[in-house]
Amino acid sequence: MKYYDKLVFELSKEGRTGYSLPSNPYPAGPEVPSALRREVPLRLPEVSEPDVVRHYTNLSQMNFGVDTGFYPLGSCTMKYNPKINEEMAGLAGFAGLHPLMHAGLTKGALKVYQEMNKALASITGMYCFTFDPCAGAHGELTGLMIMRQYHMKRGDLRRTKVIVPDSAHGTNPASAAVCGLEVVEVKSLENGRIDVEALKPLLTEEVAGIMMTNPNTLGLFETEIKTIAELVHGIGGLLYYDGANMNPLMGVVRPGDMGFDIMHLNLHKTFSTPHGGGGPGSGPVGVCQRLEDCIPDLKVSGFHGNFGVILRAYAYILSLGKQHLRKVGQYSVLSANYIKECLKDLYKLPIDGVCKHEFVFDGLINDGAHDDVPGATTLDVAKRLLDYGFHAPTIYFPLLFHQALMIEPTETESKETIDAFIDAMRKIAGEAAQDPEILHAAPHNAPITRPDETAAARNPILKYQEN
Amino acid sequence: MARLPYLPHTDSDIRAMLDRIGVQKLEDLYSDVPSEFLKKGAYALPDALSEQEIRDYFASLEAMNARLKVFVGAGAYDHYTPAVIPYLCSRSEFLTAYTPYQCEISQGTLRYIFEYQSMICELTGMDVSNASMYDGPTAAAEAMKMAVACTRKKNRVLLSKGLLPHVIQVVETYARFNGVEIAYVPVTDGQTCINCLKAELDKDDVAGVIVPSVNRYGIIEDHSGFAEAVHDRKGILIEYCDPSALAVVKTPGEWDADIAVGDGQSLGLPLCYGGPYVGFMAVKKEHMRKMPGRIVGQTVDKEGRRAFVLTLQAREQHIKREKATSNICSNESLMALWVTIYLSLMGPEGLREVNRLSSDGAHYLYGELLKTGQFEEVFPGKPFLKEFVLKPKHFPGQMQKRLEEAGFFAALDTEEGYVSFCVTEKRTKAEIDRLVQVIKEG
Amino acid sequence: MSKIIEGLKYSESHEWVKVEGNIAIIGVSDFAQAEMGDITYVDMPEADDTVEAGEEFGALESVKASSELICPVSGTVVEVNALLEDAPEKVNEDAYAAWIIKVEMSDPAQLDALMDAAAYKAQIGE
Repeated sequence: MKYYDKLVFELSKEGRTGYSLPSNPYPAGPEVPSALRREVPLRLPEVSEPDVVRHYTNLSQMNFGVDTGFYPLGSCTMKYNPKINEEMAGLAGFAGLHPLMHAGLTKGALKVYQEMNKALASITGMYCFTFDPCAGAHGELTGLMIMRQYHMKRGDLRRTKVIVPDSAHGTNPASAAVCGLEVVEVKSLENGRIDVEALKPLLTEEVAGIMMTNPNTLGLFETEIKTIAELVHGIGGLLYYDGANMNPLMGVVRPGDMGFDIMHLNLHKTFSTPHGGGGPGSGPVGVCQRLEDCIPDLKVSGFHGNFGVILRAYAYILSLGKQHLRKVGQYSVLSANYIKECLKDLYKLPIDGVCKHEFVFDGLINDGAHDDVPGATTLDVAKRLLDYGFHAPTIYFPLLFHQALMIEPTETESKETIDAFIDAMRKIAGEAAQDPEILHAAPHNAPITRPDETAAARNPILKYQEN
Repeated sequence: MARLPYLPHTDSDIRAMLDRIGVQKLEDLYSDVPSEFLKKGAYALPDALSEQEIRDYFASLEAMNARLKVFVGAGAYDHYTPAVIPYLCSRSEFLTAYTPYQCEISQGTLRYIFEYQSMICELTGMDVSNASMYDGPTAAAEAMKMAVACTRKKNRVLLSKGLLPHVIQVVETYARFNGVEIAYVPVTDGQTCINCLKAELDKDDVAGVIVPSVNRYGIIEDHSGFAEAVHDRKGILIEYCDPSALAVVKTPGEWDADIAVGDGQSLGLPLCYGGPYVGFMAVKKEHMRKMPGRIVGQTVDKEGRRAFVLTLQAREQHIKREKATSNICSNESLMALWVTIYLSLMGPEGLREVNRLSSDGAHYLYGELLKTGQFEEVFPGKPFLKEFVLKPKHFPGQMQKRLEEAGFFAALDTEEGYVSFCVTEKRTKAEIDRLVQVIKEG
Repeated sequence: MSKIIEGLKYSESHEWVKVEGNIAIIGVSDFAQAEMGDITYVDMPEADDTVEAGEEFGALESVKASSELICPVSGTVVEVNALLEDAPEKVNEDAYAAWIIKVEMSDPAQLDALMDAAAYKAQIGE
């Protein structure tokens, strides 16, 4: 990757254009009345088409994607994004559909929704799905709305609290708060699982439900799920499943069978649609049968959700079919355990035992700290990995450990790639022990070195300004 | 059964890895799962398809959809997409990247988001834009929450009845669960009623007001006096805009609004049955730290070179958890790239030309439809751009059906019994003439 | 070893209070600023806002964290330190010079619940 320092505004030259439009065949229509007309100048760039193409090509070359290299970002399931899916989503017969066309005009699109609904219901053990949410956090919010709707419909207005484990994704408490629910945190045990004894006293008649990720954010299966489900259902609460970690369960375990009442899926994680640099995603929400009637009067996005993403995910499901589904779950778990076993002599593994699709180290065992030289932190390890051509794992999450380093390989990486990553991690541990300075100064061969984030936040420059 | 090409593990790889882990078989990796939860029996899924079979199947699905010339807008506009955009957006360095957490190897994403923010500020006349949101309606809902957060203690938000119906519905849904009370400002004579607005503001409990820049009837609204009235009561004025139209109509900045939101779909995004689109939000500087969503800022790296990072993150859910005003943790990044490339190609002149072509075509259609004698004007003399409503003299439902049979999606029924039309630069004069002919023959 | 100034009152949440007549001048301790690291923004109330003892009146932000400011006394904000709006680093430079708000106290007896320098020193384990 090489550093390229232009912004498109800096390529602008008055009189250049990058568009081609038909000539105007109509009689001149009225002007916008002067009182309603834009008076301020419109300083968009004026650039030619070749300039635009070269500029964005250069920008892309400062980016790292799944197609560039291994992307072991924990909790993000950076699996390969099949190319046929892109082509299918771009078909003119789908791309040209106006969202307000009635059912008679959109039979193919509706069939995709119906078949997706059936497929996801089968994979998860839920009864039916709504496809309106545009992202995982959006799905969480929708799912919690359904949870509240369910209690309100029963006339039970006391249920204003939701229980969230301390290991939860940050979106869980935020979604709950946005949905008007009060968050009650439940602690984890030493073994990383929810403390059932600590949960019991929290279960009052004010509890609407519990939000869980299983396997949790440490990649550990919540072994007490059956007891937890019985306890929560026992007080009239519901169980919400955060589908961010669904990948290891594909073809092996179904959230519906474990007692979950509501869940969301991240089609951009588990179902292989590209992350696009932070979206668009899709976060369909599934419910059990008794909650089916809580969905219809919720409108959480403009039309029918991110149809283009749903098409991609459906193509993926068709490629898996009933034959390959199980391999997704199993291989993702296999690869994660393999990496863990190959590195746990050099990185602190706070909780040993079999993990699911991901696991968390708590920094280096020997961080190389000596005399006045501070040791190498998780941030340093992450930045050094970039030099070796790998994306970094998720760092400083979950919050349970100070030096958390969360690794998720996914099932689409070969053993050779994984071994190369293990090698790099071992070399980095060696470098840290010898001379942590190499790590402090990393990355050395990325397009930029570490930026000054404090300056960025103290004096925000958030848009282009001409010199 | 053929192997799935996305799964590289061979049998010997699997064996070697299991040995290293120290277990016998793949099933042993689930030894911590209570056996009653291990799925027994087959999943009710179709058989796996090869790539060619997927292609054939999608072709059959695609063929079930109608292919019509779109003369409807109502929040989703059939503008032309230059070939460069899908070409560049499909570059896998953009497409297959995650959120730019590791900024040193995400400068491409960070730079185009910075450009996007700059362009949204330019279009709206506001100071600060975020990195984009799910869609226009959710951006409006986030603006509603932000208004409440900015004004504290005030808890009522007013919505103009001139907003698109789906925008109102999404804002209502969010409000219901957020403890925000919603009230409505009626439309009189095709325009959000300022006197009704003032009467509501006089109750002194209004946190914010959402009004459309161009409303659901296609009319360009006059918001003279709106900001003054809202600010007098320490409220927040939110303008919902069609960003394409902002090239020619008064900007939220010029109306002195506090927040501008809307859907970037009109900037060259395909209709795609409603998504993915991209919401935008831009605000006055004083509200910047209450704004939800990601924001990219400029700084320097250790060598002093210009660099870009996610910034002002202390507002966000991963830090504030339940204290965050929004749970949003992503943006519609790729669609923001789409919009950024569109605006780069079009430039100020191209965007004005798109408005010119669309507006002239719409006015031509308006005139031709009136000439058929089958419509009455609803808002005579009111200024519009690409979209308008008329009142059909009889049988609107049948008209739409006849148009469909002739290959047009047009004359969308509104709840008031009007029919709505929209013309973009993609429609030709020949198509318009044919559409009018079909109506005449009806 | 962080700096603690004699003669100030301290809260458990690391705010300091300097009393001048009926006015409480409030900032954060040197220990608190050091824990935060580089402060990038000080979120402050506006003059004339009322504040309650034990309630949040603002926040300190760094690149990766946000820390609530808890008001040690109840009353009305009479002044905020406008200097911090553009220069939050002043809190890092000298936490005792960089006061955040001045509050006209409605119940000065609340001061009795606060710690003196010695007690605060013991709390932070120095």
